[in-house]
Amino acid sequence: MTDDRILICEHVIVDYDGFKALNNCNFSVHYNELRVVIGPNGAGKTTLLDVICGKTTPTSGTVRFGPGINLVGKNAEDITKLGVGRKFQAPSIYSNLTVWQNLDLSVKRASKGVFPTLVGTSTPAERAKIREALETIGLTAQAQARAGALSHGQKQWLEIGMVIVQEPALLLVDEPVAGMSDKETEQTGQLLQTLSAQQAIVVIEHDMDFVRQIANIVTVLAEGTVICEGTVDTVQADEHVREIYLGRAKVAH
Amino acid sequence: MPEQGGPQQHTSRETLSFFVVGFLFLVVLPLLNVLPAEDSWLHLSDFRLNQFGKFLAFAILALGLDLIWGYCGVLSLGQGVFFGLGAYCMGMYLTLQIGAESVYGSELPDFMVWTQVKELPLFWYPFKSFVGGFVGALLVPMLFATIFGFLAFRSRIKGVYFAILTQALAFAAWLVFNRNETRLGGTNGLTDFKQLLGFRLSDPSTQRGLYLLTVVALGAAYLFCRWIVASRAGQVLVAIRDSESRVTFSGYTPWTYKLFVFVVAAGLAGLAGMLYVPQVGIITPAQIGVLPSLEVVIWVAVGGRGTLVGAILGAVAVNYGRSVLTNSFPEAWPFILGGLFVVVVTLFPDGLVGMLRKLTERKKPAAPGLPADGRTAA
Repeated sequence: MTDDRILICEHVIVDYDGFKALNNCNFSVHYNELRVVIGPNGAGKTTLLDVICGKTTPTSGTVRFGPGINLVGKNAEDITKLGVGRKFQAPSIYSNLTVWQNLDLSVKRASKGVFPTLVGTSTPAERAKIREALETIGLTAQAQARAGALSHGQKQWLEIGMVIVQEPALLLVDEPVAGMSDKETEQTGQLLQTLSAQQAIVVIEHDMDFVRQIANIVTVLAEGTVICEGTVDTVQADEHVREIYLGRAKVAH
Repeated sequence: MPEQGGPQQHTSRETLSFFVVGFLFLVVLPLLNVLPAEDSWLHLSDFRLNQFGKFLAFAILALGLDLIWGYCGVLSLGQGVFFGLGAYCMGMYLTLQIGAESVYGSELPDFMVWTQVKELPLFWYPFKSFVGGFVGALLVPMLFATIFGFLAFRSRIKGVYFAILTQALAFAAWLVFNRNETRLGGTNGLTDFKQLLGFRLSDPSTQRGLYLLTVVALGAAYLFCRWIVASRAGQVLVAIRDSESRVTFSGYTPWTYKLFVFVVAAGLAGLAGMLYVPQVGIITPAQIGVLPSLEVVIWVAVGGRGTLVGAILGAVAVNYGRSVLTNSFPEAWPFILGGLFVVVVTLFPDGLVGMLRKLTERKKPAAPGLPADGRTAA
């Protein structure tokens, strides 16, 4: 069967001593799709990304990527090299290096072993790519600034930039707009939409306004499994989804 | 447009300092030792010059620790072991050079005579030649670091656990070297050396030569370290310190970088040990245990970690301070050293180099190129 899906997770279970963070989760993403995953706290959204990028090994199930590569059991470095990029929830950057160096280290290269890295210099093509990424994330003026001195929003963008220059076929983005101002949130949305022209993106998000801005298809996760998938309107009209969210809302009151 | 990042604005000043300091140690100090009359105030005694040689050997040891701790953030409390391995390798060569000049007139080292060892143990044989001693002093510590580092880093042993493990290593090494059965002279170590490649070690000109060799070795070691930290791999080291998990998701395998830098540091420690032995004339287990290993950490912290220059500065300054102060207040030295460490860590985390930088950069405006958008780092 020919498949236009870049990622297929089937029957994924992550069992933490009896607590199933993911419980028979089936999830797939098409090429060049921008998919948003929502769900209440503890639904297993971050765990799902952890499983895909190799941070967590599932108890059972398969994760197929691209042309039938099984990612389960591979380590994070290898999965990164295969073309899966991960942006973490809290900005995870190299504070004591400059913005330029942060991107330069992240650029996709044939070898990232000690000795090639020791003698390696960046090629003009790589520098052009870094400049392009700086332009995309709007940090050209800060290229030589220490990354630790950036604002919170700029750090989030820098990390997105670091993932972009890895040229991943699949980008995993965990709550990119948490702690951002409205303007930054909107810019981030545009950035993700621009990027989805070249690669598949999975975004985890809580902010429903932001979800509405960027999403075509939304996947709702609850208690470790997919309970609904569809357009924003379909999902919001779904009884089961309303139950979960409204039920939570009642508890919150 | 600036391409490669990094604090490049210091480079020309650093190059200048490198040559000024190099000239001072390589030309000025030896000339002050040779030219002025012995009673002139300008005269630098053989004793002092020799002492500087020892400090500069320690500086090489400190450079290695700065690479692994200052840059990569991996605290090793066992650098004394690698120093000791290098020192013992060279010490074994020097011991076998004593020959018939020994107290008992035997071809065997004295300590073997009085511990009733009849034959030279096999592992001493490579050290009959200078090449064996020289190569051993570099390769034995590096080989040992490779095995130890591979096991530790591969198993993802990090942070304080790694530090404790290396401290245990230092203690274990100290115990092993203290045993007479190890055939390395037990608590007395190796001493009473006479000659090196035919040069008499008691001759001031030999000691001057060793001093000059140490200066050159330190200069080379510094440039080598500079090259590593300026490379992209050097940035990976800093990246590992900042965010090891991110490094993994940038496609690097952090433990291989840690292993690499740990082995380089061990090689530098071995080089330092090899230069130390003929200048000081003795190596005992007291030089390789927990305390000497900890002292290296203090040198680097006092000088300013993650700067290379700081490691050299710290090693020389603390050891010079010790030589001056132990004359006046021998009992107080451990307290002074401990106090110094506490003060530096709490009040001056960037050490001497950080203080100097603050003094020279006060006039300049703060970090350029950042828009004042009112938001601060989380």
